[in-house]
Amino acid sequence: MSTSTLNNSSAESFTQAIDHFRELYGNHLPAQKSLQIDAAAVFSQLGIPTTKHEEWKYTSLAVIAKNTYRTVNPSDNCSLSKSNVTSLALTNDTLLYVIENGKFNASASNANALPKGITVGSLAELAGDARVQAHLMKHADFSDESLVALNTALTFDGIVIIAEAKTECATPIQIAVVNNTAGEALNIPVRILLIAEKNAIVNVTETHHSFGSKSPVLVNVVSEVVIAEQARVNYIKLQDEDQNTCHVNYHKVNMARDSYQHISTLTWGGGLVRNNLNIRLDDVNCTSYLNGLTIAKDYQVIDHHTVVDHAMPNCYSNELYKGIIDGHAQGVFNGKIFVRKDAQKTNAFQSNKNVLLSDDASMNAKPQLEIFADDVKCSHGATTGQIDEEALFYLRARGIGEVAARALLNHAFAADVIEQIPEENLKSALLDRLTARLNA
Amino acid sequence: MSEDLKILDEVTNSEYKWGFVSNIESDNAPKGLSEDIVRFISAKKNEPEWLLEYRLKAYRHWLTLTEPTWPNVTYPKIDFQDIIYYSAPKAKPTLNSLDELDPEIKSTFDKLGISLEEQKRLANVAVDAVIDSVSVKTTFRESLGELGIIFSSFSEAVQEHPELVKKYLGSVVPYTDNFYASLNAAVFSDGSFCYIPKGVRCPMELSTYFRINSAGTGQFERTLIVADEGAYVSYLEGCTAPMRDENQLHAAVVEIVSHEEATVKYSTVQNWYPGDKDGKGGIFNFVTKRGICLGNKSKISWTQVETGSAVTWKYPSVILKGDNSVGEFYSVAVTNNMQQADTGTKMIHLGKNTSSTIISKGISGGRSQNSYRGLVKIAKGAVNARNFSQCDSLLLGDQCGAHTFPYLEVNNKSSKVEHEATTSKVGEDQIFYCNQRGISTEDAVGLIVNGYCKEVFNQLPMEFAVEAQKLLAISLEGSVG
Repeated sequence: MSTSTLNNSSAESFTQAIDHFRELYGNHLPAQKSLQIDAAAVFSQLGIPTTKHEEWKYTSLAVIAKNTYRTVNPSDNCSLSKSNVTSLALTNDTLLYVIENGKFNASASNANALPKGITVGSLAELAGDARVQAHLMKHADFSDESLVALNTALTFDGIVIIAEAKTECATPIQIAVVNNTAGEALNIPVRILLIAEKNAIVNVTETHHSFGSKSPVLVNVVSEVVIAEQARVNYIKLQDEDQNTCHVNYHKVNMARDSYQHISTLTWGGGLVRNNLNIRLDDVNCTSYLNGLTIAKDYQVIDHHTVVDHAMPNCYSNELYKGIIDGHAQGVFNGKIFVRKDAQKTNAFQSNKNVLLSDDASMNAKPQLEIFADDVKCSHGATTGQIDEEALFYLRARGIGEVAARALLNHAFAADVIEQIPEENLKSALLDRLTARLNA
Repeated sequence: MSEDLKILDEVTNSEYKWGFVSNIESDNAPKGLSEDIVRFISAKKNEPEWLLEYRLKAYRHWLTLTEPTWPNVTYPKIDFQDIIYYSAPKAKPTLNSLDELDPEIKSTFDKLGISLEEQKRLANVAVDAVIDSVSVKTTFRESLGELGIIFSSFSEAVQEHPELVKKYLGSVVPYTDNFYASLNAAVFSDGSFCYIPKGVRCPMELSTYFRINSAGTGQFERTLIVADEGAYVSYLEGCTAPMRDENQLHAAVVEIVSHEEATVKYSTVQNWYPGDKDGKGGIFNFVTKRGICLGNKSKISWTQVETGSAVTWKYPSVILKGDNSVGEFYSVAVTNNMQQADTGTKMIHLGKNTSSTIISKGISGGRSQNSYRGLVKIAKGAVNARNFSQCDSLLLGDQCGAHTFPYLEVNNKSSKVEHEATTSKVGEDQIFYCNQRGISTEDAVGLIVNGYCKEVFNQLPMEFAVEAQKLLAISLEGSVG
């Protein structure tokens, strides 16, 4: 293992942080205690991965070795109030919940009209609930993911959303994950659990923001999404933190028969962002959409890893990832599609398109198909290039200046991903934010 | 004394201790690998000092390496001390007529449509006056010699043109490249050497067919092809006939150097023994093939048809160093029964306006695993580089697997890289259409698969392409249930 891990003070300081945390707050989540102890052991074994690790070939975590982080804990207090966070709400009717430095901040949250059958609350409070116990930390497998292990060992709070059978929540539930620093480097574990029971329909938006002084932050998010039979989940991740943030995000979805999920990952903030989406189509007739957008500039590194695992027959998956990379930024895309032996009649598609705007920018793509069943239709495509010169000429011939024409084409290129979002209000709100980001 | 120095000291002192020099008349080296074996091979081939040094450096480097485990293949661990690294080419038993030939091989020959005369040669039937291969060989050599083309076995080249060999050996695949390239550099037995001088267009396809002594060159082949400025050569390697070799491990190295405005076209059909239906026996084919487009407007094109070997691990690559240079890779890889193939290419774009094309067709049947693994790397200075890749997989059974691992790395804003891959099975409607017209299912699959591979076969020289098509049909026999 020594060749593929950062065997330096960094991994050690995290191990110490875990030991310290377990000693003081080891009984904070009694129902999950034994899992957390296992995770701590796994992390001390695995350490922090280096670029020698195939999954981290293009993304170096050396940046987190430079800082000494203080790990947040249950005794930290939340300081944000409703007035601080109103601007974060994507739409007017959003049910807004705030996680501040990993802790559920009830007083800043603004959700009055929660429909019947929907439960949203602090993970620390709900961890003892039987439904939560059945799923929490059971889906995001940490046995070979050291950062998931790190998160699991240090989890003390977060958010739980449960949509009971046959409930429909049309209004989007927004989880605003805020890093609020006061001049110190923080290691923030964030935990999200979403359970959609049979026939439930739910819209969840997870947004990430930076508040306070611009000090280095490591945000380590693990989300577990459990989708029961015939349930439908629309999920959006918007990552818009400052460039001092190192953001690692592990998102695990487990789908039961006839279920549907749609997830969009929009990344335009953060210094180093790594997303691991892991979708398991665990039964027949599942439908899964994955969309993603990278907009990177300066020295940002934005890495999207996705795994779509077709375990059973007659499922459909579609994936569209796009990237606009400028400055000295680096984009990474690694999309895996597994089609297991039993997953006959699978249709799985993947497309990855990138535009490089600068000679110092780079894009590393690795689309990957692993197929063990014969009666399937699978394809992937990946391109890296520039804005179409002919399209540019078309616009310029109609009197649009070059700068404006390029901006228009970049916007159209990126908007393609947001256009896929089924929820109209969210779509237009996100398009506005995209315009603001591209003009920045 | 540091470890290195110690080894060096041991080496210099032990040169004669083991007495292999006296053993030089024997044909086989003992099993196992050591510095002495390397010296033995070198002495046996009467090699100059610098080549021995090269081999020893490679061997010492090899000792520091560990076997790669990243390919998507599984096979029992190879005991490198259980291999004979040098044995004189074995004389095949000479047959009196084709009737004595193993009927199974005979039927394969017939299916391939190999002419009787050629069948005799391949089966090592005593040659008659009509195809006296020795004279064929001499005639070719003379006409090539007039043009200044050097085409000989590697050992001959070492003796006759040491300056060329010294200049280019290891210049594309250094001995430090990877585990098997390192091993090959230490113990390579023989291979081919080819040099096309400035401005010469080689008038015929250079084929190892014509080089009788290339047969039985053993498991560690080394090929070096150099095309000087403005030269052109089309080089063929391999053979569609089944090769029943006893060697388990083949670790060959092929190096191609293409100078300014030169073109090298390298075609290969590989049909090593794939093992029986249950995967017993069969050859491990771990090959490093790489070409470099050194000059401006140079071109290297790889075409390969892979149907054999139990395990294949092979990535013919091109380094596009010169401006406006072109790299191409066309491949058909067929796996059946328990075969495993992890193959693909690397296109490294360094020069301006370089372009590359990758067309890869994988076909898996039985319980086989077929992987495409490719790298397209556009360096920052490779302005306006262009790549198009297409890798398609066809599945012919529910027990097999098809995998694609493409790596696309782009480091500037003016380059365009496109990659697409599809996986599917032979359409039931297509088979039905053929059945309806009286074509059996097995023939229909052969027909459809051949159509699917057409793009690659079109790149092969004519006679080769015809044989390759038939070979494909044979390889797929029994894969349709």
